[in-house]
Amino acid sequence: MSPTQPVQAGSNRSEVLLEASDLARHFDVSKPWLNRVLERTDKLTLKAVDGVSFTIRRGETLALVGESGCGKSTVARLIVGLYGLTRGRLVFDGQEISDLARRSGRRSAAIRQRFQMIFQDPYASLNPLWRVGTIIGEPLRFFRPEMSSVDRRRRVGELLEQVGMSAADANRYPHEFSGGQRQRISIARALANEPEFMVCDEPTSALDVSVQAQILNLMKDLQQEYGLTYLFISHDMAVVKHMADRIAVMYLGRIAEIAPSDQLFATPHHPYSRMLLAAVPSLEGEGRERTVIQGEVPNPVHPPSGCAFHPRCHHANERCKAEVPALIARSDGSEVACHAVEEGRLD
Amino acid sequence: MSQQPKPSESAAVAAPIAPKRPSRLRTFLDSDIVYSWQRQPVVILATLVTLTMFAGALFAPWIAPQNPFDPRQLELIDAFTPPLTTSDFTGNFYLLGSDSQGRDVFSAILYGSRISLLVGFAAVLFALALGTALGLMAGFRGGWRDALIMRIADVQLTFPSILMALLIFGVIRGFLPRSMHAEVAIIVLIIAIGLSDWVQYARAVRGATMVEKGKEYVQAARVIGLPDHRILFQHILPNVLRPVLVIGTIGLALAIIAEATLSFLGVGMPATQPSLGTLIRVGQDYMFSGEWWILLFPGVALLLLALSVNLLGDWLRDVLNPKLR
Amino acid sequence: MSSTPSSAEPGAVEQAPDDRNAAAASHPPDGGREPVLCVRHLRVEFPTRHATLVALDDVSFDIAPGEVLGVVGESGAGKSMTGNAVIRLLEPPGHIAGGEVRLAGRRIDDLAEEDFVPLRGRHIGMIFQDPLTSLNPLFSIGDQLVETIRAHLPMNEKQARERALALLREVGIPAPETRLDSYPHQFSGGMRQRVVIALALAAEPELIIADEPTTALDVSVQAQILALLKRVCAERGAAVMLVTHDMGVIAETADRVAVMYAGRLIEIGPVNEVIRRPQHPYSEGLMASIPGLAERRERLYQIEGAMPRLAAIPAGCAFNPRCPHAAERCRTERPELLPAGAGQAACWLHDPENPVARREAPQDTQEATR
Repeated sequence: MSPTQPVQAGSNRSEVLLEASDLARHFDVSKPWLNRVLERTDKLTLKAVDGVSFTIRRGETLALVGESGCGKSTVARLIVGLYGLTRGRLVFDGQEISDLARRSGRRSAAIRQRFQMIFQDPYASLNPLWRVGTIIGEPLRFFRPEMSSVDRRRRVGELLEQVGMSAADANRYPHEFSGGQRQRISIARALANEPEFMVCDEPTSALDVSVQAQILNLMKDLQQEYGLTYLFISHDMAVVKHMADRIAVMYLGRIAEIAPSDQLFATPHHPYSRMLLAAVPSLEGEGRERTVIQGEVPNPVHPPSGCAFHPRCHHANERCKAEVPALIARSDGSEVACHAVEEGRLD
Repeated sequence: MSQQPKPSESAAVAAPIAPKRPSRLRTFLDSDIVYSWQRQPVVILATLVTLTMFAGALFAPWIAPQNPFDPRQLELIDAFTPPLTTSDFTGNFYLLGSDSQGRDVFSAILYGSRISLLVGFAAVLFALALGTALGLMAGFRGGWRDALIMRIADVQLTFPSILMALLIFGVIRGFLPRSMHAEVAIIVLIIAIGLSDWVQYARAVRGATMVEKGKEYVQAARVIGLPDHRILFQHILPNVLRPVLVIGTIGLALAIIAEATLSFLGVGMPATQPSLGTLIRVGQDYMFSGEWWILLFPGVALLLLALSVNLLGDWLRDVLNPKLR
Repeated sequence: MSSTPSSAEPGAVEQAPDDRNAAAASHPPDGGREPVLCVRHLRVEFPTRHATLVALDDVSFDIAPGEVLGVVGESGAGKSMTGNAVIRLLEPPGHIAGGEVRLAGRRIDDLAEEDFVPLRGRHIGMIFQDPLTSLNPLFSIGDQLVETIRAHLPMNEKQARERALALLREVGIPAPETRLDSYPHQFSGGMRQRVVIALALAAEPELIIADEPTTALDVSVQAQILALLKRVCAERGAAVMLVTHDMGVIAETADRVAVMYAGRLIEIGPVNEVIRRPQHPYSEGLMASIPGLAERRERLYQIEGAMPRLAAIPAGCAFNPRCPHAAERCRTERPELLPAGAGQAACWLHDPENPVARREAPQDTQEATR
């Protein structure tokens, strides 16, 4: 799976790199206390992520797809410790990291330097007052304080060249670069500490298609060269198909279906996966009308009962309205959370 | 990355041999700020007035014919000399006339604006430091700290700031022995004006902090695991400071006026160490008895100073932050 | 005008008449059908203190009645600028510096501002990316519709309200009677965009300019909105200028497509032709760089470099520094739109007299994609 993985001293080279079980993150979205009292409203909880489990194997790319509000970005932030877990457990390479959000500074440095994150907005992800060299060197200054500034500068130059820029760019400021170049700088910063695992939150959705192609190619090249493992988050099915080995489809804070990429695109099981695939506009289709799907994603603060997808689903019955379906593994390697599929009403 | 062809994207922007960078002065002279400045006569005028008055205040001891704070230099016999008059008794020339003590009004204005500016700057710095610290804490930590700080700010905002300054001034003076009042008047004044003025800085900083905190470069620093204080001081503070400094420029004009108001009301600088406000208070007694210059010239000086500083601040805000317009 | 054909079966009118593609491809359209919008040599300049930036340079196209013209390009290509120039919503100091715009034969680019204002809404409807910018949060959508209708059509309050209801029903708002008094924030994103479409259609304009109308929406809702837009415009014979960066949206909605690059129109033609057999090397690269659902490639085709900034547009063809076929002529002489395939492309490869030689592309190009 990982041909050129540089062996980390003392690391346990298990097949599974990250295991997430029953992740949940709830946000308190109630109005201030005084308004609640005056308007006689209750506390409101947004269950952004509610019981998500998956594993990521070393060297693979797992994609999370879904529409806005499905919780895919929250999952990313839970994994890297930007948010604390409301419930659930995260194990990274055999080490429990569930409480990572509460650990900062040196105490968590050993684990934190093994993964990194790439963000969506290339205009907000670089400190506008810092030179590019300082930005890329920041993780090095923190994780390797013993490194001399000359070595650090050399390393920053290497990193810039690795992402297709020139070492001289280190002296410039972020505003001098285009969106695509800034995303390259972000990637260089993420690579600084030779991480094994990268969480990529919609890394190309703010970019133009031709620049997207450059960035996606770069990410694939880097994955091959360093044996990186990616958690790739996107709403774009075509991009996901291009990048992912396995895909998890999320809907309103839960996983609807996880399947190997080819499997999902050939035979999606969950009605929502089918809908998502049918909704993708196609360049190839000879003026093909997209299947028009009724309805929109409901407000996640008030999700529907039972299976959250049931109001939009043609196969929903009484059980779907009452009971939350669990992810059940199927013989073809996919896992599906759907009563209809489980009962054989739908295959 | 052997198969990765070097994108000409970076080459197009960063030529292989970097062109010689223009000097800092050239870059500055070519900037939008200078360009905007050159095209606004009002702003140019305001700059000139401000600079002149700053210079006059700074070099007062070398410019002023007499030290108005030193009773030994005052010629009582020259009292109420009209402007542009040479005294028949001492032969001193009084450009802007003299007051009841024989104090040269021109010198008094120079020394007075010195005190006004000193109090103004110090009060703004104090308010800015306090407001920034509290705003950063409220915006960054949130929760009960945020609620507490912002509620205090809300309450304080319900009082006019001059009333607030009066109140603080009175309270502080109450704790000090009477003999110290004149000596520490200036410090008490700075604290009173600063305390009455921190709210706007705290609010601006809090808002900006919450925006910056949510930005992805801060999250990237978090993912690395940088401790909070490093994120706060290296990333957030420098990025929220610019709007605050602009508010500070406008705040300077307000602080100068606040000082003048307090002194005018008789709770600021004593008559032995007159600021512009004190001079106006003293001068108003003679407004109807014919000695108009004692009131008029300090009044015009205060007006020019406050107006030009305010114009500069407004202009700076527009140039640096076009979105506010 | 009096009654809207709201009873028409949705979908019944959805398939575009086949002859349209053929007619639209010929340029200019045959004399029988006068174009709704006719843009000729449009030039938009932004004077700055260092230089005058040319944001649109010699842009010409037509839109026939009932036709959807897709305008695509990457950010900075000038696609939104084109729409804004037509409706005169250019941000100062930007201004039209040359060329002409005709709406139904009448020249509109030289109208005084007060003569132009009544055109917006009445003759040109607008749909923007963010529905919230088109809707006033302080008024119910019923009030906004009634106000728009009465501003443009001679109707009393009651008639206008009837029409507002009919419009809402037509754009697929469920139970419109109950939603008429709701405020914009009470609608979901997709429903809001439906309201904006109703608002744009209120005065039966001949031309609709839709600037990234579905970019802020989820894919499932996107499909609904595009189908709706296409249906209602076809029913009314309104011409649509659909500005978007998303080729997928163009592919399923537009009849013809205009590809823009660095403020210039570089290719225009029937949508299937441009997507399947792009004639300009930039369009070729653009199509090949889009990941597809049908096949999986190890690498995507990538056009090296980035679009030039307006301040530094290269001489000759603006694409020449990135073009695999660029020859000496491309660096000095700017190509006009030349007949190419079923449409036109601004590229010397298609010069009938003396074409520039096509070089075999070293990488997997369009051959590998399809």
